[in-house]
Amino acid sequence: MATNAEQVLDALGDSTRRAIFKRLRGGARSVGELADGMDVSRPAVSQHLKVLKEARLVTDRAEGTRRLYAVDSRGIQAAKTWLDGFWNDALEAFKQAAEREAVRERERR
Amino acid sequence: MTEKAMSSGTDPNSVRKMLVVQAPQAIAWRVFTEKMRTWWPLSNYKIGKANAVDAIIEPRIGGRWYEQGDDGSTCDWGTVLAWEPTSRLVLSWDIDANWQPDPSLKTEIEVRFIAEADNRTRVELEHRKLDRYGERRDEMRRIFDTEGDWGRLLEMFGRSAAA
Repeated sequence: MATNAEQVLDALGDSTRRAIFKRLRGGARSVGELADGMDVSRPAVSQHLKVLKEARLVTDRAEGTRRLYAVDSRGIQAAKTWLDGFWNDALEAFKQAAEREAVRERERR
Repeated sequence: MTEKAMSSGTDPNSVRKMLVVQAPQAIAWRVFTEKMRTWWPLSNYKIGKANAVDAIIEPRIGGRWYEQGDDGSTCDWGTVLAWEPTSRLVLSWDIDANWQPDPSLKTEIEVRFIAEADNRTRVELEHRKLDRYGERRDEMRRIFDTEGDWGRLLEMFGRSAAA
């Protein structure tokens, strides 16, 4: 909700977290993989991931003995809603759904 | 929005939106009232505890408007106050400023579907009686209308960058 959106904006206001988030957009990675090639320690990366996770910008899952982090679209969606306003967001989605339905209906005839 | 939204004006108790969809009026009505799951931002705006999978409007005055969870549970959002297929719908929105159900809240959402051509419908929406949110009215109005403007966004980035 709004608070989530503000968390998202706060989370991405940090350049290291932005860099981590950008790398995750290329695919799921472990803490070690994220720390490699960055000028940041693993514990620091973990701490940043925690903030990103609380903002719903990343999710994590266990894969064998590793923990993999990936982008969570909910945080981005919340930030988008914050920018657009609830009704703009909902009605834009409605417009697309109604227009898809209209096209399907025409094709059925 | 891709279509220019109607200004919400200056009424502090109401948010107004207008959009034009390239669809016949009957289809616009149907998608709005029967296929809410295809467009309502359920992942962001679920109210109940379960993950929301659908939003349902019972098609009659006095009908429920509710969210359906993936565990079969439901959570009421409001009721149908006016049901005039395929041109006008009024729903109550009984979700408080903490996004919890409150059947006594009774803010109102009116939606009008106006045919402009065979395949073009103007949809006008008003979310009103926001005074029911009491001292949180302005906060909620911003959320429904456009909470974030670029000035505030930049201010927040500035604040966190300075921290």
